Parts: sequence; structure tokens; C-alpha cells
Amino acid sequence: MRHLLSTRDLSRDDAIHILDVAEDMADTQTREVRKLPTLRGKTVVNLFFEDSTRTRISFEAAAKRLSADVINFSAKGSSVSKGESLKDTAQTLEEMGADAVVIRHGASGAPHTLAASGWIDAGIVNAGDGTHEHPTQALLDAFTMRRRIHGTASRGRGLDGITVAIVGDILHSRVARSNVWLLSALGARTVFVGPPTLIPLDLTGWPAETSYDLDATLATQPEVVMMLRIQTERMKDAFFPSPHEYARRWGLDDERLARLGPDTIVMHPGPMNRGLEISSRAADSPQSTVREQVANGVSARMAVLYLLLSGERED
Amino acid sequence: MSTPTLLIRGATLPDGARADIAVVDGVIAGVGTLDASPGAMIIDADGLQALPGLVDLHTHLREPGHEDSETVLTGTRAAAAGGFTTVFAMANTSPVADTAGLVEQELALGEASGYATVQPIGAVTAGLAGERLAELGAMASSRARVRLFSDDGVCVSDPLLMRRALEYVKAFDGAIAQHAQEPRLTVGAQMNEGEVATRLGLAGWPAVAEEAIIARDVLLTEHVGSRLHVCHVSTAGSVEIIRWAKARGIDVTAEVTPHHLLLTEDLAESYDARFKVNPPLRSAEDVEAVRAGLADGTIDIVATDHAPHPEQHKDCAWPEAANGMVGLESALSVVQATMVDTGLIGWADVARVLSTAPARIGRLAGAGAPLAVGSRADITLVDAAATRTFAVGDLAGRSTNSPYLGRTLPGRVVATLHRGVPTVLDGALRPHDEVVGAVRSVTAHG
Ligand SMILES: [Zn+2]
Repeated sequence: MRHLLSTRDLSRDDAIHILDVAEDMADTQTREVRKLPTLRGKTVVNLFFEDSTRTRISFEAAAKRLSADVINFSAKGSSVSKGESLKDTAQTLEEMGADAVVIRHGASGAPHTLAASGWIDAGIVNAGDGTHEHPTQALLDAFTMRRRIHGTASRGRGLDGITVAIVGDILHSRVARSNVWLLSALGARTVFVGPPTLIPLDLTGWPAETSYDLDATLATQPEVVMMLRIQTERMKDAFFPSPHEYARRWGLDDERLARLGPDTIVMHPGPMNRGLEISSRAADSPQSTVREQVANGVSARMAVLYLLLSGERED
Repeated sequence: MSTPTLLIRGATLPDGARADIAVVDGVIAGVGTLDASPGAMIIDADGLQALPGLVDLHTHLREPGHEDSETVLTGTRAAAAGGFTTVFAMANTSPVADTAGLVEQELALGEASGYATVQPIGAVTAGLAGERLAELGAMASSRARVRLFSDDGVCVSDPLLMRRALEYVKAFDGAIAQHAQEPRLTVGAQMNEGEVATRLGLAGWPAVAEEAIIARDVLLTEHVGSRLHVCHVSTAGSVEIIRWAKARGIDVTAEVTPHHLLLTEDLAESYDARFKVNPPLRSAEDVEAVRAGLADGTIDIVATDHAPHPEQHKDCAWPEAANGMVGLESALSVVQATMVDTGLIGWADVARVLSTAPARIGRLAGAGAPLAVGSRADITLVDAAATRTFAVGDLAGRSTNSPYLGRTLPGRVVATLHRGVPTVLDGALRPHDEVVGAVRSVTAHG
């Protein structure tokens, strides 16, 4: 794997391979000595133009457990925030000998621009770009679903026949975008659920159905319900009238939780607005994978860095 | 001192006839089978298409204020290289061209170049701020004789202000050239709204944001009995509205850019900011509709919206990049590729949409005159049989943000004559001192 920019680039075999490597990585994390020597001598740069402590420390833990050197390059208070261009930053990192750059950027497509620019030779991992994609989030989500559904027999398997309801602000969600392509590659069915204002108008050709009615969708007993974080500022732009109305119609409250089957998986990429898109009881229920998702994130990111930095490059 | 007599031998006229064209003192002195007078310069135009010098109604020359992108001199060199002899300079310079003094300054910069006639466009509102009218009358009465007013880059979105502007310019046969973009519907917009934008995670610029303003403006134009020009029409719906307005007798004209005739939104998939432009590249259906609109006369002209930007404003992530692309050097080739070689229009129509009609809309006497005795000798000679892979070397302005680099395009400008003075010969720009001296002596004469 040369770069990881979008889950749309992954075939079913690619996706299953990454998830299987993530299983191997997860296995090593149950051992007494968790650190692997695999990426000794490699340098991974976390280039975060946007604040995201959770994602950054997840990548940092993944890189360190593979014995890579980690440089955190965060925009706040650095030359980047003083108007230094992506180009100049990339050239600096090239000079520093970065082998992989994990980039989080507020501008959709910034990782593509970096990968296509010729400014830097490193492998690029998209750690979230604008409202475009967040591929490692989708990988850790799929990994989590596969483990819950197939348990120890997960290796080599997809998510065939599984229905995943993704609920909330689809329009602005990079998590939803990365999930839909990966879930499709793995054989799962995606239903986007939310207010019409927050579901894109034109989804021609997308492997997703849409629903404005959460209760109707839950009545079909989807195997997975993934709640997305809702930003209350959206209400100022008239996407919905009030947090209260949003929670009533599209929140996973206790009453809706009670109607879910015992095996239904409740997911959330975090950070959660408890009481808004998800109730505390739902977040802490046995069906919830919120805490597993955090642990699985490290395994999935270890797999990505491993596949990017070890072995032959196919470019 | 008079400029040397010049004879163009064996050119193909827009109507398809073959003729020689004689030029004396910047004016066409003869068209037909002619003998060269002694000492005359001869241009062999065998197999070349002759057109009246091209007129661009929508050029951003960037001077004053953004000379790192373009100057009047470099922009008019780009114009000459593309076969243009007249460019209308948009008002969004810094300072904004919103007073008589500033439009006269722009006019003088054009005269100091000589590569093309520069006709200033005045701002509609002071500082393009959309709050109060600029001194439209003073600009109209100035030496620059401004007839076309535009806040291009931003839309005159306030309906009352638009109404007043349309009414006011009736006093001097002016027109408002509107950049039709409802601002509230396009907050943060990055590309055409649709499936591609959704997939790329880029905020959408919906067609309705253009169409709603055009619909409002044609109705206002009808109501006050004025004249409207619609800049860079980009959607099928806009073409429909303008077709309806014209059928109703409303005095509206419209332009389409070369890039909206050729390029589509899927080019954004590369996140290559050379394809970022406002209005954005649209769908294949929209491209088909604007081509049909140009062919049937609903759209009157092609205008480049030549928008130079320095490298650092394009060499960055898409959402952070500037809107716009250079277009003067490639415009004729793109029109040939999309309209002529497809059989939609002929060369006489090219002469109309790229010369006669834009000069008429801008009320600029002398420019866009037919290739006939007594016309100003603004002449473009094109080798329509040529093909080239468009490259940086084909660009003559200061900026290289062309979406056509690496693309194969038909046609090549072989010679451009501005007021009888060759600005391009054998496909190469002539030196500035030669051009400006000769143009000065012609204009002093006439
Ligand atoms: Zn414009």
C-alpha cells in the first residue's frame, strides 16, 4: 500500500487483508511485551492542521508500538498556523526524512494534494480531511463490527448481509463517507438516516439507501446502528430547529434503545454528545462498542502503518 | 509617420470566400484580389482563417493591485497571443475601478501597452461592496467612455440596488453585467453541487444560485426597461431562463466561457485546483445546454473570464485555492474544438460571438468591425488545421493557471493585427517597443 487516502480505493481483498493484519496486531496487544520491532528506524510524522487529540494519540500509540519514531507536528502555535503553506510544510518533512505522514486537515482533499504533489516521497495516511473521508475510522469500525459478529472466526471474512444504519449529519461527515465505501466493499448494506437537510441531495450511484425516519429504520432490525456526532452550531444554519427536536426524531434515546435487539451493535465514533444524539444508557449499554472502538483504533492504525511502511512499495 | 502598408495574401474570410486584405494606416483599405504596393509587408495567409480581431468582454487584468498575477501589459500580451485585439477589463482591481479617474488610468495603461485596446468596465457599487452605487455617470462621461458596469467576482445581490443600477445606466445606454450568484446559497461553495461534490466532501455551488439571480434580473430589466448582460452562464437552467426572456423581448445578452463549453465537474476528482473556478465547472448536460444555447443565439458571446493567479494560490489544497483560470491564449482553440469542429457553428458565427457581438454589447465603436474596407484593421489569422498539445510555452501572460496544459487543442493563432500593427507574426509575439510605437503613430493619425 503506497498511501491510504480514501476507502473507495480499497477492494474487498484489500479491506479484508488490512482487517486481518489488524487482528494480528490486536493479538500482540494482549501479550506482556506489546512493543514490536517491526518499524524500527522508520519515522512517522503526525501532521495535524486540525486539533484532534483522540486521533493523534491513537496514531501515536500505533506507531510507537511498532517501534517507529514519532514526530508530532501540530498546527497550533507552529509556522503552519502562521500561514506556511502545505507545500512548505511537506518539503520540510521530506528533509526530515519522514517515511509516513499521517495528516489531519480541515480542507477536503489536502491528503490527495500532498500525495500527488511530488513535494514529499513519504506514504500519506488520511487521518480526516474536511468533510471528505476518515479511512482509518471506517477500518476500525469494520474491525469492531466483524469481531462482534464473527468473534474469533473473523479472519478472512467480510460483513456480508449485514445492515448498518448510519444516523445523523451525513452531509458533513467524513466518517459516513469512509464507512459507506468500505461497508460496500465488505458486502454490507448501508442506510443513511437523518433530517433531509443533513443528507446529501444527490447520492446517485452510492451504495446507500436513505431514510428520514429513524423508527422505521430501527423496525427493520439493522445489525448495526452507528450514531454520528451532531454539532449544535448546525442549527444556526437552519439544518434543524433545535437540539431538542433533533434528539426527539433522530437521537438514540432510552426508549429506542429498548426496542433494539440484544445483538444489535450500537456504535459512535466519538466524542459523544450524551443526551443529544445518544443517551447515556445507550452509550454505556452492553450493545455499545464505544470503548472497544478506541482500543480497536490502535490495532487498525498499526495495521495501516505496517502495510504502508514494511515490505515492498508498489509505485 | 505612417505605418507601412501591409497585404494579407489569400486569407479565408469568415464567409468562406478567399481574399487578399490590404491595410493602410491602421485601416482596411481593400478586400479582394489585390496587388501589393511597393514596400508593403506581405503576410502569406494561404490556408489561414481570417477573423475580425477578437474582443473579450470579460478579462481580469489585475493591475492595479495584483501585479504578481498579471499587469495590463502582460495581460494584453496574452490577449494578442490568443488573437484578441480588444479586452474589456473587469473592475475588481485594487483599488476597484469605481471612479472616472481610475477607469481613465486603466485606459492609459492599455494605451501604453499597445498589444490590445483596453476598454475599462466600471464597478456597479463603490468598492464592489454592494452598498451604494459607484459614480456610474462620471465613468460614462470620462475619457474611458464606460458603458458596461459590473461588480464581477461578487453578485449585485441586493434587488433594490440592482434595480436602481439598471435604471440609472439607461441615461447613457449602459448595461449591467451581472455575476449571477446568490451569496446565501453559495456560502463556502467549492464546486458544482451534486454527486461528485458529495463524494469529494466539497461544499456545493447549486445551479439554482445562478438561475435564481438571472430570473430575478431579467424580470427587473423588463420592469425598468433597461439592458442586462449575464456573465459566464454555466447551467442548463440559466440557458432556459434567458431563452424565455429573449422570447419575451427583454433586452438581455449572455456570455459563456470557453471552459464551461469544454470542461466538466468530474475534473475536480483530482483535487487539482487548476479546475477550481467560479461559477464552477458543471455537469455534461450543462455543457451540452450551453453549447446549444450558443449555437441558437440564446447565448450571444464567448468571453474568457481570464483570471490569472500566482502559483501559490493554486498549488495548495482545493478549498484553500483561488477561483479562476487563465483563458485568453486558449479561448479560440476551445471554441473551435467545442463549437466549430463539432459542426454546431461556422467561422462566421465565431466572428460574431468572439468579436462583433461583444463589441456591440460593450458599445465600443471601432472594435469588432467586419473585415471590410474602412474598418479598423483589427485582424486575426488562424491556422485551423493545426493541432497542438497546449503547454506553458503557449501562455503569454504572467500566470500559468491554465486548465488546458497537457491537453490537445485544435487551431493556432498565426498572426494578430491590432489597428493594423502586427502584435503576433508567425505565431510569436512582436517586441513591445515595436508594437507600442507603431500603434501610437496609427492612433495619432486616426
Ligand atoms: Zn464572475
